[in-house]
Amino acid sequence: MRITGALFRRELKSYFATPVAYVFIVIFLVLMGTFTFYLGGFYEQGQADLRSFFNFHPWLYLFLVPAISMRLWAEERKSGSVELLMTLPITPWEAVLGKFLAAWAFTGIALALTFPIWITVNYLGDPDNGTILAAYVGSLLMAGGFLAIGSCLSAFTRNQVIAFVISIVVCFGFLLSGFPMVLDMFSGWAPQVIVDAIASLSFLTHFSNISRGVIDFRDLIYFALLIGTFLYANTIVLQWKQAD
Amino acid sequence: MIKIDGLTKHYGRHTVVDNLSFHCEPGEVLGFLGPNGAGKSTTMKMLTGFVAPSAGSASVCGHDIATDGLAARKRLGYLPEGAPCYAEMTPGSFLDFIADVRGLEGNERKARLDEVVEMLHLGPVLHQSIDTLSKGFKRRVGLAQAILHDPDVLILDEPTDGLDPNQKHEVRELIHSMSAEKLIVISTHILEEVEAVCTRAIIIANGRILADDTPHNLAMQSRYHNAVRLSLGGDDNFDEVEAALAKLDSVDTTESDREHGTITAVAKSGSDGASNWHKITDLVNNSNWNISGLQLEAGRLDEVFRQITRGEKV
Repeated sequence: MRITGALFRRELKSYFATPVAYVFIVIFLVLMGTFTFYLGGFYEQGQADLRSFFNFHPWLYLFLVPAISMRLWAEERKSGSVELLMTLPITPWEAVLGKFLAAWAFTGIALALTFPIWITVNYLGDPDNGTILAAYVGSLLMAGGFLAIGSCLSAFTRNQVIAFVISIVVCFGFLLSGFPMVLDMFSGWAPQVIVDAIASLSFLTHFSNISRGVIDFRDLIYFALLIGTFLYANTIVLQWKQAD
Repeated sequence: MIKIDGLTKHYGRHTVVDNLSFHCEPGEVLGFLGPNGAGKSTTMKMLTGFVAPSAGSASVCGHDIATDGLAARKRLGYLPEGAPCYAEMTPGSFLDFIADVRGLEGNERKARLDEVVEMLHLGPVLHQSIDTLSKGFKRRVGLAQAILHDPDVLILDEPTDGLDPNQKHEVRELIHSMSAEKLIVISTHILEEVEAVCTRAIIIANGRILADDTPHNLAMQSRYHNAVRLSLGGDDNFDEVEAALAKLDSVDTTESDREHGTITAVAKSGSDGASNWHKITDLVNNSNWNISGLQLEAGRLDEVFRQITRGEKV
């Protein structure tokens, strides 16, 4: 715990030691605003809720979260600092968890900075703040899922561009796994159980459940399992790549 | 303290480290010597647990690096090749991070941090980002990180690479000052470094140990061991001196360097140093040559190194 904490603090500080954090947060907020007000028709709907805001989160995360996760391990391997890190008395779990939690906290900070829109909607009308809070929780969980996938894939390569592109593709698959685009690839030959299982992996279904204000235990378990699985895979990839 | 047994590493079909075995104890400064690509860094990576061996085992302070790696890594300090660092951090925050990970607390933590900053003269750059530091400072930050927790075993991969002569001297002094109670392993291809700091040298090439001895004993294998070098004040009787030296029965051959005005009289193998030296000094005393310098050679490590690593018999 002490070591994970030390890593977490180092990582989080390093985001703000470079322009990365500021560029990311500004772009994130600008895009969120643009999507909500122009594409989402926030005013036109005439309803005091944040649905038009949260609807775009999965699609923004698809591009912005891999931009954070791509550097997690690829950069360490490129600069050679992974050798320094992994020869300290640190277990792979502590290293993976510390880095992941810092990246997650960073996206949490970016997400929290969207609070003006919450103020706006409360000023304009009388929204259900419980639903909004649930949607924020769902959004954060989804960001965690994307990050865990990206972190794992980042450990495969020392090239950040490759990590970025592969993460987008895999995350896109997870986003759309409930849709015909992905399901058709399996429905021809795989048994129905597997097709159903793949359909149930969709980020969108689980996120939209939560963002409607229904925090179902199953949705929470889904994200927890997803994050846990990919972080576990991350430790394995890390050790496997290290041995070479 | 460090025990390596049959350590082997293959990359694909290529064998980088081939059945390496040795052990060493505290108080030793072990120099790991070899041409580039000899397997020095790979051996160090296996010893610190970063790279898993294909076969064989390594242990540090009794902890096997494969099965008890965490305990082993707690006892050692490691400077990886090229001293990689987190470039966006400052040396101050970087060392704080290492102290956190190493579990240093309270007064001990403060004392250790102050001590390494003092030892490696990092004071002036403590709050500057590592990115902007010179190569020498970056290397010293890496060294500071390795010695921060006062480890029993110190493994330094090319610790003086990229340093200027003064900095090299300081790092060697540092290694020397810590050598009494620690076991220090350094890899280098700078031979003067081995002579300056190491108590033992292992020469490896193609992943195999070719020689394992003290630098002094290794130098004795050189054909220049017990050779006498004469510096002549002028060029007048260069040929006469060389001819006279060649006639001595303790001298095998002579090598002359007209440009620098020196003649080296190589001793016959098996003859003791004193006899060659006495015969030549007698010769010089009884002549009226203009001799400006006379030096008995212990042997040339670079020559031994070249011969060993080329696979020639010394």
